[in-house]
Amino acid sequence: MADARVIRLHPERDSENAKPLRSVRSDTASAETAETAETAETAEATESTGTAGSRAESSWERAAAAGLAFLRRRLTGDYQVDDFGFDAELTETAVVPLFKPLYEKWFRTEVSGVQHLPENSGALIVANHAGALWAIDAVMTAVAVHEETPGHRFLRMLGADLVFTTPVLAPLARKTGGTLACNPDAERLLAGGELVGVWPEGFKGIGKPFGERYKLQRFGRGGFVSAALRTGTPIIPTSIVGSEEIHPMLGNAKTLARLLNLPYFPLTPTFPWLGPLGLVPLPSKWHIEFGEPIETAKYGPESADDPMLVFELTDRVREQIQGTLYRLLTQRRSVWH
Amino acid sequence: MGHGRFCHPHIDIGQLGGLRFIGSTPRAYDGRMTGVALVTGVSGYLGSRLAGRLAADPTIGRVIGVDVVPPTGEQLNLLGRTEFVRADIRNPLISKVIAQAAVDTVVHASVTATPHNAGGRTPMKEMNVIGTMQLLAACQKADSVRRVVVKSTTAVYGNSARDPAIFTEDMSAYALPNAGYAKDAVEVESYVRGFVRRRPDVELSLLRFANFVGPYIDTPLTRYFQLPLVPVAFGFDPRLQLLHAEDAVEVLRLAATSSRPGTFNVAADGVLLLSQAIRRAGRIALPVPEPAVALVGRAVRRSGLVDFSPEQMQFLNFGRVVCNARLKTEFGYQPRFSTASAFADFVRRRPVLPVLSPEHQAWAGRAEAVALGLVAELDAGRSALSRRLLKWGAEHG
Repeated sequence: MADARVIRLHPERDSENAKPLRSVRSDTASAETAETAETAETAEATESTGTAGSRAESSWERAAAAGLAFLRRRLTGDYQVDDFGFDAELTETAVVPLFKPLYEKWFRTEVSGVQHLPENSGALIVANHAGALWAIDAVMTAVAVHEETPGHRFLRMLGADLVFTTPVLAPLARKTGGTLACNPDAERLLAGGELVGVWPEGFKGIGKPFGERYKLQRFGRGGFVSAALRTGTPIIPTSIVGSEEIHPMLGNAKTLARLLNLPYFPLTPTFPWLGPLGLVPLPSKWHIEFGEPIETAKYGPESADDPMLVFELTDRVREQIQGTLYRLLTQRRSVWH
Repeated sequence: MGHGRFCHPHIDIGQLGGLRFIGSTPRAYDGRMTGVALVTGVSGYLGSRLAGRLAADPTIGRVIGVDVVPPTGEQLNLLGRTEFVRADIRNPLISKVIAQAAVDTVVHASVTATPHNAGGRTPMKEMNVIGTMQLLAACQKADSVRRVVVKSTTAVYGNSARDPAIFTEDMSAYALPNAGYAKDAVEVESYVRGFVRRRPDVELSLLRFANFVGPYIDTPLTRYFQLPLVPVAFGFDPRLQLLHAEDAVEVLRLAATSSRPGTFNVAADGVLLLSQAIRRAGRIALPVPEPAVALVGRAVRRSGLVDFSPEQMQFLNFGRVVCNARLKTEFGYQPRFSTASAFADFVRRRPVLPVLSPEHQAWAGRAEAVALGLVAELDAGRSALSRRLLKWGAEHG
């Protein structure tokens, strides 16, 4: 089967050389890794221009070959990360597909307002934060941005310092596009034309009791607004509905939290009683709405140091998210569908 | 102070982030060529190469190299017409050398990160901090000195997960380094700032270098990557930013021979993750749980394999990346090697050094054999696996 396909791939080379395919192949296999990689890539490239008849049987093989090439690059360290440690290939090939079933099948996420996301320039996505156990709303927003934008853009998430001091989580956050929520990082990413996501409520939002669901907490000091002002990028107030019901937080074991050096320790109907099973989120129906952008370019970069403007804009963003949340909640027929 | 006539009106002394200079383009050294250059740490890798380059430049009158130990064979060949002065910069004698030779350019390249070379942590600190103090005091007294270049390190930005991902020259660390080389460098920089205040007529370049790699340079990091099993902190994968030793020498040379005052991060473009670098070097990572990192670090250090200080172990937890935009625009130098290509060059051309120094080989020989056997086994297994994957991929893809 391999022979038959290969002949179609390199018709001119085979006719010119009239060389048995086997020997060509073994030559390549014994050559240097880099060369083999190139050959494999050209083979892949030529394959994509192959005839329609072979497509059905080669699609699986193509996927397998791509997977193997990916694995080989992983094994030899032959991939790129940016200065923040973001590994686009890993995110696209492994992480997004991992969360896609959760996004599509489990939460059946509906997305509106994608047209508000710029196609190739920077913007700051500001959203409400919930979910008690882990920042799954941030992950879902990132998947939504990647799946729904025409250019499959990546969301660069700003995380709390707890994320970057926690083993395993820290490198994972960096590799999937996260960085520490601080102004220099946010401004550098925005100036570089990235879509940046921030959840300004922080632990106050994610660790609030179930009774206070969908009530926005304080928005910090408005550092995110000054980052947007300094870089002149639009702020996109984003509202997420469904995230509050996945782990209804009934209590907070404060002593345990202090003991473990955590900001809070959630007690939900399933966690920690059911152990790892308690980590499974309830299948609520999600809706993510990217709202009308708030332009900041007109104020000029020096306005980032004007506290009145920063507070005013922070309030505007907060009110817009809260308003949209209430609207989405009234439109919702049920938590589950 | 009597140096007012040389005063550069464009120099503005910044506070925390080091020295800030207004006026962005590197100017030609207005008529005054480098007459007599003095290089400290001339027996070291960078010092000897820099002195050699300066000595090869016919426009420079004299090149004086200073170190506590005389240069050895290989370095001696590089030095050319450099005059070697065996002196301890901690000693006021250095002042006489500068005055008698009417030195106009001083390159302070002796600040070291390796306690082993200096004979322990205490002498190392003395050399770094007291040495810099004495040298700068001598420069301050000498009217002939017009330009001072100080080699510092990006370690002054510290190591913490609570810092921005990319440091610019104006940022300061979340927590100032409180031990080891990094603390020395912070102190060195504070003396440098004091010096700039007292001698505003002197052009001062403060160069913060990233970790060096290269085929021949020997640093804790290059030794680290030559370990067969490379210990890493479990659950962390820091970003590494490197600088090829050739680029480092060239930046020092440019700073010594032309007017490029200011504070600059000197680092290559791009980053490598530690795990990625280990794979590219064909080594095997040995994850060590965080509480044991310090212990393993100490053990590795005692064994003499790698002279790794605790703050360097910290570096392997969180890494450090700096912005080199100011180097490219204001200083006017584009590093020839990126982090990835510098590392590739190191991996490809490194001489086959014994993993163990001779005095350790006696007792560590057996352990080495076992470890190397294990590595060979694992490596063979891995490369067989990847070969098989390649072959399969080539046949089917």
